[in-house]
Amino acid sequence: MSAKKSDRRQFLRNSAALAGLAAGAAAVRSVGAQTLDFEKSQTLDTPAAQAAALEGTPGLAPGQQFDAIYGVRSRYEHAGRIGGIGAYSTGPDGKVIRPYIGGLTPVQSLIGIITPAALHYHNTHGYPPPDIDPQQHRLLIHGMVDRPMIFTMEDIYRLPSVTRTHFLECNANGYTTPSRMAPEATAQITHGLMGCSVWTGVRASHIFDMVGVQKGASWIVAEGAEGAHHSKSIPLEKILDDSLIVYGQNGEAVRPEQGYPLRLLVPGYEAINSIKFLRRIKVVDGPYLQQRETNAYQTVVRAGKYADGKARWFQFELGPNSVITRPSGGQRIGTQGFYEITGLAWSGAGAIRRVEVSTDSGRTWKAAELQGPVLPKAHTRFTYAWKWGGEETVLLSRSTDERGEVQPSLAEVGKIWDVTVDYLKKATVGHTNAIQPWKVAADGRIYNAIV
Amino acid sequence: MRSSNLFVIVVALAACATAAAQTTLYQNVGRAATAEEIQAWDISVSPAGKELPPGKGTAKEGAPIYAAKCAVCHGRTMEEAGPLGPALVAKKGGNLRGTIAAWPFATTIWDFINRAMPRFNEGTLKPDQVYALTAFLLFRSGIVKEDDIMDAKSVTELQMPYRNAYVPSDLAEIGNIRKRACRLGHCPGPDPVAAH
Repeated sequence: MSAKKSDRRQFLRNSAALAGLAAGAAAVRSVGAQTLDFEKSQTLDTPAAQAAALEGTPGLAPGQQFDAIYGVRSRYEHAGRIGGIGAYSTGPDGKVIRPYIGGLTPVQSLIGIITPAALHYHNTHGYPPPDIDPQQHRLLIHGMVDRPMIFTMEDIYRLPSVTRTHFLECNANGYTTPSRMAPEATAQITHGLMGCSVWTGVRASHIFDMVGVQKGASWIVAEGAEGAHHSKSIPLEKILDDSLIVYGQNGEAVRPEQGYPLRLLVPGYEAINSIKFLRRIKVVDGPYLQQRETNAYQTVVRAGKYADGKARWFQFELGPNSVITRPSGGQRIGTQGFYEITGLAWSGAGAIRRVEVSTDSGRTWKAAELQGPVLPKAHTRFTYAWKWGGEETVLLSRSTDERGEVQPSLAEVGKIWDVTVDYLKKATVGHTNAIQPWKVAADGRIYNAIV
Repeated sequence: MRSSNLFVIVVALAACATAAAQTTLYQNVGRAATAEEIQAWDISVSPAGKELPPGKGTAKEGAPIYAAKCAVCHGRTMEEAGPLGPALVAKKGGNLRGTIAAWPFATTIWDFINRAMPRFNEGTLKPDQVYALTAFLLFRSGIVKEDDIMDAKSVTELQMPYRNAYVPSDLAEIGNIRKRACRLGHCPGPDPVAAH
């Protein structure tokens, strides 16, 4: 009885303290960007504590401390991101004049299905990743909701978390640009606008349960904290289905290029929808026609039956796709004999059901092995045992997803749009998931043979 | 009388209990946003224009603002890509597609200037300046006259020349996966919605 009484007294004391804290927090919060008392972590896990602990770390050679603390790869490894479609424009002298350009994933060097964050493609459309202090970052959810709310990162970390493996792919991956069509194009040039990570965060549906979505709401508008406040309309149904609000990528915090400290992740949709530096979500009843959904991310065809001057917009979902990453463009195989052909397959519709490989220029197709894990809306590694007899040939892969949709050849893409392959070579057509052929020359050199 | 009051309270509590189930479970995670905070943060402007603030401007007023704040990146002629920004208007007789004239709603022009311009000083323009710059871009695109006043009403009501050059053009149909052309402009195989 007395124990109970004392429990109750303790509870009341705690409650009073909590209430006081809440009142104080509200007062501080209303002025915006100040650090809140309770956010100053009471554990040793603070940047200062970590720095102090590292100071005495033994066994580090002078000047090498950083390498030992945050590891780096072997000096014999050189795979890196190269500038890509993120480049804004080039001057008359051919030099890129934008101060910040995107980078392409070296897909030909990837092993397994995970893209290291340091090699993950990035493109912030001319706006470098902002320097965001997670203690200052806030996420506002408002619009057609019962309880508009503001979340700190601490709030987000407290909520039930999930971990999912998903690819991100730019709508421009595989674009029929001159550099992508060139014989010397590597897989990084043809398919470098994609990556696949293990993402950790909160189900978007969970947050929307907390705020209470009102009847009639059908879309959201999500917005980032970078300079341009990139903003995108996404159907609410998709957000509630499988979208995440993530803070973790491959076992650590999401990298700045990927949206630190918080990013929306919309699996299987053009990655432009996965808003980085997520700071605000407005629940609405229709698309808001933001800049990157009215003058970009559309397909306009100027030949055939679709040459109606009209743009196909809001294409969202990415089709079944695959690419052989080894051997691939720019590489050279040596002696005749055994080689494992390996590559990646993925689809915005779900899991990859089948990958077929042709080693005879498309005459015959055989099932490749799916290495696993085979996860929905994630890169899937496939392998195929091949014996090269020194002949000239073309290697191809094509994927089929769980919906039964089959990756088209470039000619089939042309048929879909009612245009010739020649047209596709000249016009830049995005949202293209054409089969990638790699030509093996008699000397073992590998060339892009898309046309 | 007393019991009926009690009844009202009980019913109200029951309704709250359902609605607040999530908030109770995750008590003190996140907090209510105030109306002032929402107003300060909310820069989204829909095609219906309901979020457009009071204010107005003309192309005449926009020209010097463009010269002072925009030309450094987009160039003086607006017809060629500038050092940092793309061309904004088509050359005489040129294709409007790819310029801001092809944007289907003038509200998007207002929204984008307001949220993202000028580069390196985003969010510093006042509503009147954004209206004036919107008017200037529309004037240089041949869509409005130099003295036409752009305000919340005219920006919302303006019919852009490419308004119907999008598939689907009916905004209500964009949420429908079949109407918005699926992948690659067609829907192969079984209805993806039904199969999903």
